[in-house]
Amino acid sequence: MMTLTEKILARAAGKDVVKPGENIWVNVNILLTHDVCGPGTIGIFQREFGKDAKVFDREGIVIIPDHYIHTRDEKAHRNVDTLRAFVKEQGLPYFYDPGTKSYCGVCHVGLPEHGHVRPGEIIVGTDSHTCTHGALGAFSTGIGNTDAGFVMGTGKILLKVPETIRFVLNGKLPEYITGKDIILRLIGDIGVGGATYCAMEFSGEAIRELSVENRMTICNMAVEAGAKNGIIEPDEKTLAYVRARTDKPFEPLYGDPDAPVRQTLTYDVSTFVPCVACPHTPDRYAPAAEKSDVKLDRAYIGSCTGGKIEDFEMAARILNGRKVSIDTFLVPATGMVAEALRTRKIGDKTWLQIFIDAGCLPVAAPSCAACLGGPVDTFGRTHGNEVVISTTNRNFIGRMGSKTAPIYLASPFTAAASAITGRITDPREFL
Amino acid sequence: MKISAKVYVVGDNIDTDNIIPAQYLNLVPTIPAEYEKLGSYAMAGLPDDAIPFVDKATGKTPYGILIAGRNFGCGSSREHAPVALGAAGCKAVVAEYYARIYFRNSVSTGEVYPFESVESLVKEFKTGDEATLDTVAGTLTRESDGKVFRLKDLGAVAPVVEAGGMFAYARKMHLIK
Repeated sequence: MMTLTEKILARAAGKDVVKPGENIWVNVNILLTHDVCGPGTIGIFQREFGKDAKVFDREGIVIIPDHYIHTRDEKAHRNVDTLRAFVKEQGLPYFYDPGTKSYCGVCHVGLPEHGHVRPGEIIVGTDSHTCTHGALGAFSTGIGNTDAGFVMGTGKILLKVPETIRFVLNGKLPEYITGKDIILRLIGDIGVGGATYCAMEFSGEAIRELSVENRMTICNMAVEAGAKNGIIEPDEKTLAYVRARTDKPFEPLYGDPDAPVRQTLTYDVSTFVPCVACPHTPDRYAPAAEKSDVKLDRAYIGSCTGGKIEDFEMAARILNGRKVSIDTFLVPATGMVAEALRTRKIGDKTWLQIFIDAGCLPVAAPSCAACLGGPVDTFGRTHGNEVVISTTNRNFIGRMGSKTAPIYLASPFTAAASAITGRITDPREFL
Repeated sequence: MKISAKVYVVGDNIDTDNIIPAQYLNLVPTIPAEYEKLGSYAMAGLPDDAIPFVDKATGKTPYGILIAGRNFGCGSSREHAPVALGAAGCKAVVAEYYARIYFRNSVSTGEVYPFESVESLVKEFKTGDEATLDTVAGTLTRESDGKVFRLKDLGAVAPVVEAGGMFAYARKMHLIK
């Protein structure tokens, strides 16, 4: 009897059974890296395996520069050049190069978009939000440069099998409740260290009801509770999503429902309300309606957490025919998301036109942008005491640039509604 | 090994943006000059009223041991975090417990010892106190009165820490050449 996480790890380790706490060598399917950690990973790979060493599997390495792209910072450009040189030298087929047609944008949205995420597989990435990809029934976790350098050379990683905490989400999902509201509520309940070293497994009728993108939003923030991975069992929606994006064969795995877990937490989502996480940790949960006295200077919609196609659809639904009263920054995660803004419509208006008419700032080119502050010329970066409502994943001190700019995390519905009023607003006022 | 040093004390949930702010992630840890530079920015993301961790003149820290509360290193997978601490000259962190990826990166790089205390030490020490960490006995001694605080066993990662990091360990185990 094993959970889904345990089954994937067991298969990848060539074992019949694994148990939580056991340390095992696992064969990796995909190593993901980007411009911020890729050069350091390559540096370690070359230092340890030699200048002429070859990567373990050219098809197993995906490089998606996304963090510091639209900047004048010279080192940022040098880092992308380092990736280009390495890709050329190794003959790597999966490189999404900035400034070319292949550039895609934020790695955690680009990876599944391009069919690199497949159920039952092992994905490691040099980015903590690599846990996103558990939404498609993969085991997926963030690692550092040294471990990534090791994987690059060997295709293997030493992992401790995590205990699973099971979140069963039942009940009818209200129209105004998004993946973001669900995960902020769960993190609020268990705390930022509540799932440390554990797998967070999400199941129940409300999860099955959710779209693939909303499931990604939930798994994306598992690391904000300290989890090693977030995971959702694949279903028809998962398989349809993956098959539309790759021809590669894969074998999904499914957990045993009665497998022992550390804890099971059961919820009725019909009682959930639109919410925010208050500064400066993602577990400072509050219903949006209770924070209406918080005046805002800026709204930010973007990132792997809140910059996907459906995230902008939510924002467009709220902003259609209305005006924002504060600076509103929009950063589509990828080129495909940007394309959706230009082509998808509500009535006869594209989402892009809705945002322009609402008075949002001009839509930026895809990248991580101000989600993590970045170089001083980054679009949307805070520089003073701006109070921000954001669809991103972290509200740590200084996370978006300035140490004195407090950040409230919220869903795109709530961020857009708040952009209209200039204070934290429950989106039900506008739905 | 025994490490005698001044301690620097912080609280709970010290995140990777506190340890090394994102604007410095354009520095690549495997380039020697940039490794040093990362050290000079260690803990630069703490609020501006915090006691400086790094001496501006030297780019190094006078604090060889960092004492923290719960969930130290939460947030990003940036290996720049343990690298910045190590490059600044910090030898060890003693926290109640760690965020998973930070802990793993400390162990894999061998940059800085990641010890866990049995009880919270945040109130037992203040920044500037002298202390001695005994990595073999697993103790932290407060020099002012000789009081000894026990540390948790490193458990399964002890052989990797002892070897000095993931690559050294894998070579020792003949897993790689």
